[in-house]
Amino acid sequence: MYKIAVMGDWDSIYGFAALGLACFRVEQGETEEAEKTLRRLAEQNYAVIYMTEALAAQLSAEIARYRTRPQPAIILIPGISGNTGEGLSAVKRSVEQAVGSDIIFGD
Amino acid sequence: MAKGTVTPTRMELTRIKRKLLTARRGHKLLKDKRDELMRQFLNLVRENKELREKVEEAIREANRSFALARSGMSDEAVRVAFMTPKQEVTLDVTTRNVMSVEVPVYSYETRTSDGADIFSYGYAFTSGDLDAGVARLQEILPDMLKLAESEKSCQLMAAEIEKTRRRVNALEHVLIPDMEDNIKYITMKLDENERSTQIRLMKVKDMMLEEAHHYKEKAEITD
Repeated sequence: MYKIAVMGDWDSIYGFAALGLACFRVEQGETEEAEKTLRRLAEQNYAVIYMTEALAAQLSAEIARYRTRPQPAIILIPGISGNTGEGLSAVKRSVEQAVGSDIIFGD
Repeated sequence: MAKGTVTPTRMELTRIKRKLLTARRGHKLLKDKRDELMRQFLNLVRENKELREKVEEAIREANRSFALARSGMSDEAVRVAFMTPKQEVTLDVTTRNVMSVEVPVYSYETRTSDGADIFSYGYAFTSGDLDAGVARLQEILPDMLKLAESEKSCQLMAAEIEKTRRRVNALEHVLIPDMEDNIKYITMKLDENERSTQIRLMKVKDMMLEEAHHYKEKAEITD
């Protein structure tokens, strides 16, 4: 059985605790700890890891490592500080990788 | 494969011809694979985009409620409210094969099936906005899982498409033209050899006839 994790600053993620997702609190600036946590979660049976966009911006190298692996799926969600659009631009990057140019979001 | 490295023999020619046949077939198959992957990818990516917009909007709304709730509650109160979650979600991951790409399929189970029975706190010390935020998140959770599924699939398929496209291009623009060039080179070389053998034989025949009949001497005498 797999589990779902949520990573981010406390204010952004505590709501998910009520839904029964495993919350891992990483405050701004604790990049090293965040990396360790992410690695630990990826080794354990967390199949989906939701991560705030603000945190993901600090961990982009780690996240890129898990991109082509079947597990875990790292999905960006907006945090309490607002939406940076990083989540959508990750999708855009997939399109660019596959097609060669962006044909979905071009507006 | 540069031209200089192939030996112009009949055996090599047969070998390259056979290889070319295989390469052509592989190229066609890979091209079909790429086209089909691309079609599925584009459908999936459109779905992904819609889901993402929906999920982000819902989370934004939930966060707005939480921010309101936080303004009226102390940090401790919030922490206590979420200390012992009632609900628990477990995930079951199976894979689906899309053109040889293993994409995940998530199905989830919750401990309490009743969506209204997820609040891990009594309502006495918490703000109503907190309830609204949690309810909104609860509502969007299935979509969040769908989003995870389609986004991961998109990532995996994008990588596979890139790989397949490279292979198709390598076959189309490098391997197949090279082999065609080699075949042409060997055929021409073999033809050339054959012609030169023919000429050599003709010359030898002339020389042998000359030896036997002494045509040249006779011609001189008659002159």
